[in-house]
Amino acid sequence: MTTTVISGGRIIDQSGERSGDVLVDNVSGLILEVGPELKGDLTLDASQCFVTPGFVDLHAHLREPGNEAAETIETGSRAAAKGGFTAVVAMPNTNPCMDSASVVSDVLRIAKTALCEVLPSGAISLGRSGESLAPMAELAELGVRIFTDDGNGVQDAGFMRRALEYAGSIGEAVGAPLVLAQHCETDALSIGSCMHEGAVSSRLGVGGQPAESEELMVMRDIALSRLTGVRVHFQHLTTAGSVAMVRAAKAGGLPITAEVTPHHFTLTDTACEGYDPLFKVNPPLRTSADVAAVRQGLADGTIDAIATGHAPHTPDAKEQAFDDAPGGMLGLETALAVALTELDLPLEQVVGLLSWRPAAIAGVADRHGCPIEPGQPANLTIIDPAIRWTVDPAQLASKATNTPFAGRDLQGKVRHTIYQGAPTVINGEATR
Amino acid sequence: MRHLLSTHELDRADIEELIELARGFAEVQTRDVRKVPALRGKTVVMAFFEDSTRTRTSFDLAAKRLSADVINFSASASSVKKGESIRDTIETLSAMEIDAIVVRHRSSGVPQQITQWTDASIINAGDGWHAHPTQALLDSYTLLERFGSLDGKHVALCGDINHSRVARSNVDAFTKLGATVTLVAPSTLLPRNLEGWPVRVESKLDNVIGDIDVAYMLRIQQERLTDSPFPTLREYRSNYGLTVERAAKMRPDAVVMHPGPMNRGVEIDPEVAGQENSLVLQQVANGIPVRMAVLFSTLGPGRFDAVPELADSVGEAK
Repeated sequence: MTTTVISGGRIIDQSGERSGDVLVDNVSGLILEVGPELKGDLTLDASQCFVTPGFVDLHAHLREPGNEAAETIETGSRAAAKGGFTAVVAMPNTNPCMDSASVVSDVLRIAKTALCEVLPSGAISLGRSGESLAPMAELAELGVRIFTDDGNGVQDAGFMRRALEYAGSIGEAVGAPLVLAQHCETDALSIGSCMHEGAVSSRLGVGGQPAESEELMVMRDIALSRLTGVRVHFQHLTTAGSVAMVRAAKAGGLPITAEVTPHHFTLTDTACEGYDPLFKVNPPLRTSADVAAVRQGLADGTIDAIATGHAPHTPDAKEQAFDDAPGGMLGLETALAVALTELDLPLEQVVGLLSWRPAAIAGVADRHGCPIEPGQPANLTIIDPAIRWTVDPAQLASKATNTPFAGRDLQGKVRHTIYQGAPTVINGEATR
Repeated sequence: MRHLLSTHELDRADIEELIELARGFAEVQTRDVRKVPALRGKTVVMAFFEDSTRTRTSFDLAAKRLSADVINFSASASSVKKGESIRDTIETLSAMEIDAIVVRHRSSGVPQQITQWTDASIINAGDGWHAHPTQALLDSYTLLERFGSLDGKHVALCGDINHSRVARSNVDAFTKLGATVTLVAPSTLLPRNLEGWPVRVESKLDNVIGDIDVAYMLRIQQERLTDSPFPTLREYRSNYGLTVERAAKMRPDAVVMHPGPMNRGVEIDPEVAGQENSLVLQQVANGIPVRMAVLFSTLGPGRFDAVPELADSVGEAK
């Protein structure tokens, strides 16, 4: 057994802020003690830092199996650890897709040595094609709690209704609620689109996707959640209209949750003006009014979580013509710093958006995003809010380099990360 | 000028200067020997990732009449077919010490992207729906040749504006030269957001036909019809086609233009295309001196600031 003391930091969790050392051990994976002047085999300096529950990313593409040239579970989990994440929900659009117990089992097996917990999400439909249900019960038996066809929205309302109803039943059967997470995009309004439809796309001569492509599906799924009583989680929302609808649905008591990504609360469609596919992402970067609305949604609690949308692509893939290149950008290693730099929110609120609130949505609140108390799982993030740094794609742990924040000066960084009682990151460097 | 990516980098004076330069080269075209040594020793690559007949031929002739060495490269005959990336293709071409790449690509923005991967000058010969600056320059040249000035002139651009690089570049060039531009199209063929566009919009050609100085008709691309932007070609023609009857309502000094290739009987009646006030063939002819001017401005010793000396250098070449 090796014990580690996180020494001299300020603790922030859902019960507030206080001073104290935190002693953890790597065998039980638990917090042994919280208090002044603790001793352990290893001491991590946390002076001037905040010690928080580990972060949970609801939305990352780890690319394994199928596109290991862009990312692997190992490299993606290292990027996650460096970003302060102790758990990451892996999107199912791998190749083969995570629509069967065998693929999910394989991911779980590979992830045993990862630097964070990898939570495979299951596809809602076989092949993410929106036609026939994936074996949700089999996947739920393996621990899958989030189902999504991410990258594709479920187009057929009747199919989505059945998926919700069935997920509701299986959730009861396994004794843990399942959540269907929707990539909101009405395909009929976004055929051939590469960016937000608006003044910029019209000028650039690039096919656009109107805000309404997203909003129609948000509207529909709010109605379907009302009809079925089953939870719906909205992935990477981007528009003012979507935020307003989610706010109203929550006020009406519906079981709706929503996430946004750092790039969608920071960047706008004008970033596409140079035709650099680095800024191509789906859903697309929207307007400054949308960015303001999304930030307001984060501030007032309408939005439950900051999710990274981490989508690695090889340089070759991103060096194609704008309309041929795949959408997506990195996020795991910059999410916290972008949030601290860009959002005018109290640190505790930012941590909640990255930690205990997404942990609850992912169904892992028993082990991530927990209060920092003796006996609780030792998944922790230590944040140095004062570090100023410049994003250098070459320094990222991710196998890919497609960050939209290259060259940007950010404030605040993850100093240490503790996963299952052992450091995965010490002084900003991954331990393995 | 290092590159010509779109008309947006050009102001009115730049456009007028290029056109003035083109006039000098047009004079060369009337001689027995239609060639000047202005770009002798320079190498120009025609990188046409998308098929083109007239633009490619026009650039080819323009470069040759400036005595440049010309390499033709077409995607259908090249390693692009074998999966080579644009970057690899450009870097491979650049390794051969070339001076300019004339680029045509079906995707908007490719000429701009390419500038990162080569030291050669990039000349946009049409990218996606975005820009076709030499078309705009030759159209401006053609109109100035006819009217002397575009100040106060009214141009109707009619047809599939949204998918048209010609329309985007011409709106920019014509308005910079002082013209009023009206887009005439059903909204299914218009860009979805015209914020910042210095244009008027009309949904029926008849509403402007008697007021305009120029009817600029755009090609209806058959492959766009799968989106069903209008019910039938017949219905399109009846509202937006430059029919014989409609052309008869034009002012006597008004002209007809089309960037080609034409769909006769759809956006323009064959009789109208052949009328005395149709500038379609002048547009094609003017493409050569205009592209000579663009090549000379990007590759020649003079570039913009040496335009006055051009007359001499052209003269010496006799």
